[in-house]
Amino acid sequence: MDNKKILEINNLEVIPNNNSSLKLVEDISLELNKGKTTCIVGESGSGKSLTALSIMQLLPSQLSMSGKIFFEGINLLNLTKEEIRKKRGKDIAMIFQEPMTSLNPVLTIGYQIKEAIEVHQKLSNLKLNNRVKELLKIVGIPSWRIDSYPDELSGGQRQRVMIAMAISSSPKLLIADEPTTALDVTVQSQILKLLNNLKLKFQMTMLFITHDFGVVEDIADNVAVMYQGKIVEKGDVSEVLNKPKHPYTKALLGCVPDVDGKKDLKPINYSTLKRLMS
Amino acid sequence: MEVLLEAKNLSKNYVKTSGFFTRTQSVIKALDNISISIKKGITLAVVGESGSGKSTLAKSLIRLIELDKGLITFKNKNLRIIDGDVLKNTRKNIQMIFQDPYASLNPRMKIAKIMEEPLIIHGLGDSSSQYLKIVNMIKKVGLTEDDLSKYPHQFSGGQRQRIGIARALILEPELVICDEPVSALDVSVQAQIIQLLKSLQKEFGLTYLFITHDLRIVRHIANEVVVMKNGKLIEQGKTDIIFSNPKTNYTKELLASIPGNLLKRK
Repeated sequence: MDNKKILEINNLEVIPNNNSSLKLVEDISLELNKGKTTCIVGESGSGKSLTALSIMQLLPSQLSMSGKIFFEGINLLNLTKEEIRKKRGKDIAMIFQEPMTSLNPVLTIGYQIKEAIEVHQKLSNLKLNNRVKELLKIVGIPSWRIDSYPDELSGGQRQRVMIAMAISSSPKLLIADEPTTALDVTVQSQILKLLNNLKLKFQMTMLFITHDFGVVEDIADNVAVMYQGKIVEKGDVSEVLNKPKHPYTKALLGCVPDVDGKKDLKPINYSTLKRLMS
Repeated sequence: MEVLLEAKNLSKNYVKTSGFFTRTQSVIKALDNISISIKKGITLAVVGESGSGKSTLAKSLIRLIELDKGLITFKNKNLRIIDGDVLKNTRKNIQMIFQDPYASLNPRMKIAKIMEEPLIIHGLGDSSSQYLKIVNMIKKVGLTEDDLSKYPHQFSGGQRQRIGIARALILEPELVICDEPVSALDVSVQAQIIQLLKSLQKEFGLTYLFITHDLRIVRHIANEVVVMKNGKLIEQGKTDIIFSNPKTNYTKELLASIPGNLLKRK
């Protein structure tokens, strides 16, 4: 494996424990290149979040997974629970869609960021405080906010706090599961810019889950399109968006409203799609 | 062009009380002197971010929220003072489609019952003519007669939104207020519903007030746009003109934030 690849997923499969014929994620193979942003795009139920959770091994206990996931050459599926816990948050961090439900409402954001740092690093109190302030600065929150509670912050600021926690241990890979879906458009565009800057500044690799092709266009270097548990098409972002090859990608792009309003929206004709895909 | 609904100087304040020992009151201006007019047969989009007052505006137009101040005229009637049968008849003429098709259908009612209810409330026709009407309408929105004997949970999100549309249109309204009707839907379903709303508009000559936060959808469905922020009307005009030549900084910022635009600005 060359060093450009930081993560390599081979033949990932996710099935419910009680029904092995129902493949929620089927035969997924995906490579993430160092310092690049890869978007997984798909509709609800396509398996994009399950794929992300599989990497972190945070799948609900009713589901089981098989396949291989190499992170820097080590198969994550062979690690013990203890070993994977050490990677989680340190080498691989994750942010989620709902910044309110991911933060503890009765603790200050400073305390919560400290907690995230302390899991992986031993620092003196002073250094810890400075690190928290530094992180807040990086994500664009004034440092006096250190003693604020989550409900005193706006949605965008909460997501910035989540990002601060996620990058606190300088992870090599950041998994972002629909991090801007619950935010207003102007805030969304700020958060996307922030994530893009962090990627460049820290040479971070990003796996970005979204359902919005506009967001893909804004942030991705590479893109993988998922449909019914499978990756139907993947490649360079401008390649896939401008010259889609797979019938599903073509059909789905026909449903996306464009900013200029020039094209007519074409709802997917599923019988045609089925014929084209078989 | 004939004006169907005219709203003048609408204002609505919410008073927020906070603190326990020392009570403090702050006034939130949900609608701050808003005036709009909706012309017959067009789609007017109201666009804004969360908290801009766009849903308050929509609800105030059918008196689901009582205003503090302002005048609403719908077909030469002053909507704010009418009551009783006149209000009921006017409401029949203004129907609403909601964002969440999961929350706006009664889970214990079959679809036939959901669609029959408005007809019974307004005393339109006998049960056999009502049933014919319902069958006709459910087909118009792309579902079948068999679907009438099912419950809401047996449908997908997009299908439920179709039912919501059928329920709104069964009373043959002139004005339909759509409050974020496609925001909760996948993009492929969103395209279906937008096309459906467009074709129904053509068929029945409907007028839409379309509330949304997504400017891409505005571009596709609206003839005119109203931009709102913090209860204030920021800008209004024809869709083409607002998109090509926005006058205020806020509209410019909104347009620049449309996903898929970041690269083009670089």
